[in-house]
Amino acid sequence: MQVELFVNGQRRSDDVEPRLLLVHYLREVCGLRAANVGCDTTSCGACTVLLNGTSVKSCTVLTVQAAGQQVTTAEGLAMKGEGEAGGELHPVQAAFRQEHGLQCGFCTPGMVMAAVGLLSENPHPTEDEVREGLEGNFCRCTGYHNIVRAVLAAAAGLAGTAGAAGTAEAPGTAGAAGTAGTAADGERAEVGA
Amino acid sequence: MIPAPFDYVAAQSPAHALELLDSLGEDAKLLAGGHSLLPMMKLRLAAPSVLIDIGRLAELTGIRAEGDELVIGAATPHATVATSDLIRADAPLLAHSAGLVGDPQIRHRGTIGGSLAHADPAADLPMALLALDGSVDVLGQAGTRNVAAEDFFTGFFETSLEPGELLTAVRVPRRPGAAWGYQKFVRRANDWAIVGAAAIDGRIALANMGPTPLRARAAEQALADGAGPAEAAELAAEGTEPGEDVHADRDYRRHLARVLARRALEHRT
Repeated sequence: MQVELFVNGQRRSDDVEPRLLLVHYLREVCGLRAANVGCDTTSCGACTVLLNGTSVKSCTVLTVQAAGQQVTTAEGLAMKGEGEAGGELHPVQAAFRQEHGLQCGFCTPGMVMAAVGLLSENPHPTEDEVREGLEGNFCRCTGYHNIVRAVLAAAAGLAGTAGAAGTAEAPGTAGAAGTAGTAADGERAEVGA
Repeated sequence: MIPAPFDYVAAQSPAHALELLDSLGEDAKLLAGGHSLLPMMKLRLAAPSVLIDIGRLAELTGIRAEGDELVIGAATPHATVATSDLIRADAPLLAHSAGLVGDPQIRHRGTIGGSLAHADPAADLPMALLALDGSVDVLGQAGTRNVAAEDFFTGFFETSLEPGELLTAVRVPRRPGAAWGYQKFVRRANDWAIVGAAAIDGRIALANMGPTPLRARAAEQALADGAGPAEAAELAAEGTEPGEDVHADRDYRRHLARVLARRALEHRT
């Protein structure tokens, strides 16, 4: 069936099978290979992309479910202009490079997209909030320390250049995740652990 | 993993979804966030011939107060439930529970109605709804009926939803000051409960202690009769026949139910 959607800002119209998963659409139809198929079971987060600015696992979204919506992949974070890759790194990407937030790199595109989504919902996360905010992304190399450091550095950098968050549209629904009531929730989390 | 082929149609309204369910027959399945259904289809545990997408129907999303209840649209994502000021104030146990489902990406897509209709006994939201004495609105050809959580979960991944019916909304009593506790024992972060316990005032629900979420009635009765949390929680596994799997045998699950019920009661805030 015909599906129209926006990928990294570009309008596309493609004839797809209803069963075509978004990650396969991005990789095989659009030729965008940043989103990786890792576990293929909604666990590892390597396929994370933004759907209307909100992080999702594209192995568990049908392409047809994204009809009319904005999909952003890691390629879309560093655009020179309309549809042209190779622009300046997004602050989160730059922070991953600066803090060496990767080793083999397989999880990195998903990790970066999850981090961009996290910072759009909670621009000033604590270290704990970063760790919990990335709990849907597995890294089997780094032990996470440099990844967390990179996200905190990106948050500090983004705070310094307000508005630089750029590509990630405000999600609108989950904006209040960060501040009010966090302390109480933290206590609950400890009790529950 | 790729699902078996199917047809796809986006419903234009809840009434349209009902029409489609009626005309397409039992082989059709409703799709909202797809975070229970699509994994099953990828594993070929489910192979519906048609998916009817209700995930973007405005009528099925949103949170509002209605008298002494909160009404939550069935297609409202977990992330929205978890962060809603209204739910955090009036039904904090539900917000907490929704915030424990999967991980952030899953909570952005998975929906409250989908999770309840999926009726996994190890999941968070069925236990939370039962603890809260909530209910669901079910739309059918004859109109809307309201089903209490107690009557909704009928078996292992089974509910009282009839073919051709659509879960449209979830209702929970507004209880802003009620003391509640929530415990979930897992081996890995993000996982389903090996056993879970949720307590609000003197009411206790358990996850994964049988084919459906269950009330710990003997423990509730003991509390009502004046027993303290530790004494009452000793009875939490009374009458349960939990399943056995690689994570836990029956005795261990019963032990967990007693410990988690005690912690849930002791840590009520």
